Amino acid sequence: MGALDLDYMLGLVPVLLRYLPLTLAMAAGAMVLALVLAVALAMIRVLRVPVLDQLVQGFVSFFRGTPLLVQLFLFYYGLPQIIPAFSAINGVQAAVAGLTLHFSAYMAESIRAAILGVDRSQWEATQAVGMTQLQAMRRIILPQAARVAAPTLLNYFIDMIKSTSLAFTLGVTEMMGAAQKEAASSFRYFEAFLLVAIFYWTVVETLSIVQRRLETRMNKAFAR
Amino acid sequence: MIEVRGLVKRFGDTTVLNGIDLTIQRGERIVVIGPSGTGKSTLLRCLNFLDRADAGTVRIGDLTVDVARASRAEILALRRRTAFVFQNYALFANRTARGNITEALVTVKGMSKAAAGARADAILGDIGLLERADAYPASLSGGQQQRVGIGRALAIEAELLLFDEPTSALDPEWVGEVLDLMRRIAEQRQTMLIVTHEMQFAREIADRVLFMEGGAIVEQGPPAELFDGPRDPRTQAFLRRVK
Repeated sequence: MGALDLDYMLGLVPVLLRYLPLTLAMAAGAMVLALVLAVALAMIRVLRVPVLDQLVQGFVSFFRGTPLLVQLFLFYYGLPQIIPAFSAINGVQAAVAGLTLHFSAYMAESIRAAILGVDRSQWEATQAVGMTQLQAMRRIILPQAARVAAPTLLNYFIDMIKSTSLAFTLGVTEMMGAAQKEAASSFRYFEAFLLVAIFYWTVVETLSIVQRRLETRMNKAFAR
Repeated sequence: MIEVRGLVKRFGDTTVLNGIDLTIQRGERIVVIGPSGTGKSTLLRCLNFLDRADAGTVRIGDLTVDVARASRAEILALRRRTAFVFQNYALFANRTARGNITEALVTVKGMSKAAAGARADAILGDIGLLERADAYPASLSGGQQQRVGIGRALAIEAELLLFDEPTSALDPEWVGEVLDLMRRIAEQRQTMLIVTHEMQFAREIADRVLFMEGGAIVEQGPPAELFDGPRDPRTQAFLRRVK
């Protein structure tokens, strides 16, 4: 049993820190795209848009029913064999696209549930004053649904940050990829992977603090 | 003038409105009374398509809509000529008292934010809630919420104000302030169609009282006539019960 090499770990901190921005950028980029997509998917389902509704159900079923790793491999390694144009996509783009599609499926379901959870009288009030469905959605229903969905969506964001580590399997050197490379050359696997675990943990804990602050703010309108 | 012809509404096998005919003159204040479950609220809800009637026509001013064939645009146009006050207030939970009033002015009527805000403040002053303008519904009392609900309905200057049991969900202590406000609106000769169980209030402000039972208008007339000398045995029985 070898002792924990603290000096080695400390030396690794600046190395991993250099890859933190890429990890965060992939997560943030995929989160923004996934949110936009998820809202659109949820609206299609809530408004029961013919044909599109069925397509969205299929989409959600596939992306929730298969592992993210399988999806990433399918798109990055598989798809270019069928559609050559996809070979122009690099690992980072593929990872962001995969994370976006995968998480938008989950997020669409929680947004849909949150929209359906908004009291029916809120819909009726928008109709009674003559607002269109889209105006009602955008100005009254979605903001109220957002408050309900926010904790769940932030949990998905946390999950997404951790899932960016899978980009390493597409040959992307982000935090996990960097730790893997360092470990492979020094054979200090425990130190390298412990340190990368601490990095993810710190990021997620920081986000949890933001999450609590945000929820307090969003509940302002509902405080008695 | 508002004209309803042959309005029919069914929920499954139950006929809730059985061919309602009703003409309302401009500035007329009509109160609808009757036992629970006789279609009073449904009549109001069908007039602005919160519920969609199965047959009949609704005319408001120069706009006539065949309810069975109404397009989305026609429904929207008709709704914009009516305003609705809900039993449970149904204020927008994510808007302040002022925001509840400005919302439709900005999105539906296309007013500027500044003009809508000025109109809202004038209305909030009228309903005695200017100092609560920035309060969200959750922090207002039931009576205050319903006054904002009425303010929101007034703001859009609809041709017909619909009140669906506006005081039924209120604690008794708040009923008075809401009825007072409605009295003041009635004095301004707004066209009002009110469903309520407040018989004394109906007697005071109504030009005409309709008694509904079983999805039909059984009897109607000026309040003194209907309350003091009801002709139909069903009206007589109902009024005996509520006295």
